[in-house]
Amino acid sequence: AADTLGSYGGLARFTEVERICKAGEETLVACDGDYSDWQHIGKIIKELEVEDRCVADNITHTPHQYWSCLTRILYHRRSKMNPLWNSLVIAGYSDDAAFLGTTDKIGTSYEADYVATGLGLHMALPVLRRKWKEGMSEEEARALVEDCMRVLFYRDCRTINRIMFAKVDKHGQKIFEPSPIPTNWS
Amino acid sequence: KVLNVIFTVNLTHLKMIEDSAPLFIREQALNPKPQGGFNFENWHRNERLQNEFRAKGISSNLPKVMLTGTTICGCVYKDGVVLGADTRATGGSEVADKNCEKIGYIAPNIYCGGAGTAGDTFQMKKLVSSQLDLLRLSTGTQSRVVTANTILKQQLFKHQGHISAALIVGGVDCTGPHLYNIYPHGSSNKVPFCTMGSGSLAAISVMESTYKPDMTEEEAVEMAKEAILSGIFNDLGSGSNCDITIIRCSGEVTRTRGFEKPNDTKLLRDKIRHPKELVVPSGSTKVLESSFLKYIDVQDVTAPEPMMI
Repeated sequence: AADTLGSYGGLARFTEVERICKAGEETLVACDGDYSDWQHIGKIIKELEVEDRCVADNITHTPHQYWSCLTRILYHRRSKMNPLWNSLVIAGYSDDAAFLGTTDKIGTSYEADYVATGLGLHMALPVLRRKWKEGMSEEEARALVEDCMRVLFYRDCRTINRIMFAKVDKHGQKIFEPSPIPTNWS
Repeated sequence: KVLNVIFTVNLTHLKMIEDSAPLFIREQALNPKPQGGFNFENWHRNERLQNEFRAKGISSNLPKVMLTGTTICGCVYKDGVVLGADTRATGGSEVADKNCEKIGYIAPNIYCGGAGTAGDTFQMKKLVSSQLDLLRLSTGTQSRVVTANTILKQQLFKHQGHISAALIVGGVDCTGPHLYNIYPHGSSNKVPFCTMGSGSLAAISVMESTYKPDMTEEEAVEMAKEAILSGIFNDLGSGSNCDITIIRCSGEVTRTRGFEKPNDTKLLRDKIRHPKELVVPSGSTKVLESSFLKYIDVQDVTAPEPMMI
């Protein structure tokens, strides 16, 4: 899940920014950070998809491969002292297994059962660590992610209440329309 | 250069006063009374010293402040207030105290949790506690939480944030249960639940997702405990045990040090088996020779006849 705000410092400049995109048939990539660098990464992902199709060997890139490739690219840029200023979350479902990994602007990357970026590291990760269990159903996972986004909306100034959820499973990827989540400000 | 300038100014100042002024003014100039607030005279010197050390490559040995890099939280429930705190005090990146007490007594019905510089929070609690004591004696009524809040925030504002104390004051008075959080610069908020300290983000995320108005005592204590545990495990500045203080509308207060001890080292320490060779039974050292020296001569002396005048 990601909110759809593109801010310009303290100004909520663009409120319909889509920060989750599809990569191939089995992977979703979400980002946090610089918007122009995200657009560049979007182009890189498209190039990878096109290359995949051109080779035409009936093998598509797995989510793990997208994650590795993006990690290498981000680390390479940081080593040239010209980073792509983003934190990426790569999720996918392939070979009957779910994949979730994250990469940073400095190339720190790891696979985990739950990830968060930005202020979510401080606010959402504690909630995820408490409530995540092995073998959760989709509704439970969706409720948990929604809970995290609600807490972040309460306590982070640079967010708006317009959240885009996305999921990927054996049937494929689905990115839902952005919608507000119910909050109680009393 | 700065020091020299100050020195000469002082001298001329004294010289100007000396000749003409009456005695009490001269005395004041010679022994200036300390004025309120902080004295920042040594700030330039400290900065200069640090820069000199850095230039020479010496690591500066200026002492590190002991902080309670902390998670403290508070929450109002139907019949009272619950305050929770972790128990780790840090000095830099080292744990200075593994089991310090962060929730302090202010009044029989008011307690306060403190985050920030340990010395500052302790002194602020002591200060407001003694002021409320005197107020209770002069008014003859129970202290109110809002009084503690006002005294603390006025004191902190007076020092412009240099007293690094972030406090959560909670208690029950004749108007009901109240909870305030006070920031080091002197602002305060009246809130139904709050967290402060370095682990405040981890704790507030738990509280935001589980808070509901008019909770029972068990729910409130559970929420405070979970919030502190979240801070303990997700923040490096907080750790060890969780302390809980419950202040009820009935006037009863329960202070539990070590309500939850998820990091108890007793189990590990008990497992340590000291090798038998290190435990020496008494009497195993052979006595080769013993001698007794008379140190003093004790003599019985009969007291002389008292002198008659």
